[in-house]
Amino acid sequence: MNAPFQPDTTSLDLLKVGTKARVAAIDWAALDESEACRLRHFGFDEGVTVEPLHLGPFGRDPMAIRVGRMTVAIRRRHAGAIRVTPLAQITR
Amino acid sequence: MNPLPLVAVAGSPNAGKSALFNALTGARQKVGNYPGVTVERHSGRLTLEDGRPVEMVDLPGAYSLEPASPDEAVTRDVLLGRQKGERQPDVLIIVVDASNLDNHLRFALQLIELGLPTIIALNMIDLAKRDGLELDPAALERELGVPVIATVAVRRRGISELQAALDDMLTSPRCGVHEHVKSDIVRLQRRAREIATAGVISETPVRRWTHRLDSVLLHPVFGPIILAALMFVMFQAVFAWSAVPMERIGDGVAWLSSAVTGALPPGLFRSLIVDGAIAGVGAVITFLPQILILFLFILLLEGTGYMVRAAFLMDRLMHGVGLSGRAFIPLLSSFACAVPGIMATRTIDDPKDRLTTILVAPLMTCSARIPVYTLIIAAFIPNTRLAWGIGLQGLVMFGLYVCGIGGALLAAFALRRGVLKGGGGGFMMELPKYQWPLLKDVLIGLLTRVEIFLKRAGTIILGTTIVLWALASVPQAGPGQKQSEVSIAGHIADGIETVVKPIGFNHEIALALLPAMAAREVAVSAIATVYSIDSADQAGGGKIEDRLKHSWPLPTALAFLAWFVFAPQCISTIAVTRRETNGWKWPLFMVGYLFLLAYLAAALTYWTAVALGL
Repeated sequence: MNAPFQPDTTSLDLLKVGTKARVAAIDWAALDESEACRLRHFGFDEGVTVEPLHLGPFGRDPMAIRVGRMTVAIRRRHAGAIRVTPLAQITR
Repeated sequence: MNPLPLVAVAGSPNAGKSALFNALTGARQKVGNYPGVTVERHSGRLTLEDGRPVEMVDLPGAYSLEPASPDEAVTRDVLLGRQKGERQPDVLIIVVDASNLDNHLRFALQLIELGLPTIIALNMIDLAKRDGLELDPAALERELGVPVIATVAVRRRGISELQAALDDMLTSPRCGVHEHVKSDIVRLQRRAREIATAGVISETPVRRWTHRLDSVLLHPVFGPIILAALMFVMFQAVFAWSAVPMERIGDGVAWLSSAVTGALPPGLFRSLIVDGAIAGVGAVITFLPQILILFLFILLLEGTGYMVRAAFLMDRLMHGVGLSGRAFIPLLSSFACAVPGIMATRTIDDPKDRLTTILVAPLMTCSARIPVYTLIIAAFIPNTRLAWGIGLQGLVMFGLYVCGIGGALLAAFALRRGVLKGGGGGFMMELPKYQWPLLKDVLIGLLTRVEIFLKRAGTIILGTTIVLWALASVPQAGPGQKQSEVSIAGHIADGIETVVKPIGFNHEIALALLPAMAAREVAVSAIATVYSIDSADQAGGGKIEDRLKHSWPLPTALAFLAWFVFAPQCISTIAVTRRETNGWKWPLFMVGYLFLLAYLAAALTYWTAVALGL
């Protein structure tokens, strides 16, 4: 039996500005309860399209990320808990 | 008599909730506090078409009924009828941003499940259209099962339709309310997306305004430059625009006190009115122009959506000392006055981040310290020019500001590693769309904030001034005695003097530290009074600077400056800290650690200066 096709995933903090990607998995265990709660409220969820829009001027932290129809700012550390698949890889 | 029907306005942050609330209730609003928490309660009154009055309450913005901040907890408790000091609402208006339905409908669905009579205001429908989104309110109404009314709160569109729907809801019989069951966020979110998709007629992708502006305002190089320029303009305005009105108010207070002095016979009563009441109230209202301009800028920055961007730009730097970007604006405001600065910390979600910000806010050099600095610098620092455009006096002033900022950063660093260790919800904020705030909304915000400031700072300063006046006036000095030594304040000053003598302070300074508790700038007039009383026998008198120059050694003057960088001598700051932290523990801690810092800084300065033979 062939293994199903697994597109390469990366973490959201490594995604370049302007690259659209789909959330593959979120490591909820790496986040505090309140942090996880906030991310859910912002609409972070598996299958949602995200796109980094702007980076902070110092240490490229925090990141402004488009999620659904909202733009939210989160720190790089939290973005690291979100695994994403770039859309370009999915359509390939 | 039955209480008025209560209508609650709820919604996610940035849905335009307050604008809708203002459009419904107008300027007649009341701002109070929910008991036991530092969450403001905004209420107002709406008169329906048939003349029936309805009470409206604007609930704090929330993303869900599972609270992540004290504000969100109040929203949940009010809606479930569990909030102390509030009855359960009869009707609920849920405000959603038409261009962010995917997200806002999740909270709306959760609220609809509560079973309260509910109306949805599909707000900012014009901005959705501008973004290329055509929506179908009727389809949304079918999917959600509650009335959906398209509104543009800032243009008053849809407001009368909303009132009509409200009228229907209030007259129809009320059914029971479900007890809130913990809802599954993921399920609600998916359902919200389905409904949002069903409600869209057409969508044309357009490059959004907000994105274009952010490319400039959040640019890694231009972003910080623009922020610095804006802050410069803000400070310029706070200090330059306020100069003339402050002078006028000062003149007015002086005129009033001399008029009263002339009209009343000399004695304790005249002294109470002039030195107690008029001086106390005068001290507060003199700062009103600065506070007004500061609040105006803060409201504009908040209303346009820029405030969050400023926090975004500064977050990394603030993170270095254990604070978040959200602490930037409160700390910046504290340069004018720590009281509005501490009040502005309410926007910080994380309790430990917020507490740290409150505790270090008094270290920012507030404008009340300027008169003290100016006096001492003018008396003791020679007006020499070091280089083109840079004088020694200006440099010392700048140095005092830098000491304050450095002290605040160090204190924050130490607090986050000591008593306020751990926690730190990080930095997670929504970047809302840019928009022009409505003049009316800004004015309503300005009025309510000024009212709060006057009530809190005003009553406290007035009270303290009168108490201090009493301490300084009782018992009355007999012939040949000095009032400053006979009075209770004089005896207290004796006690203070023994403590502050090692750091170079004399009896006059000890005496001035006491009234400086009411407001820092009072130290100047207190010193002036002490020296004018004690030198009454000397002819002429002359300027206070000259007199200080002859009676204080230089190390004492420098130690006095160092003391004022850190000392928390301001009752209003202590009182507002008590209010914002809900108890005496943190204000006492603040007073303790700031006095300790002030003492150490003054001691270090004094001993160094003496050792150097200054």
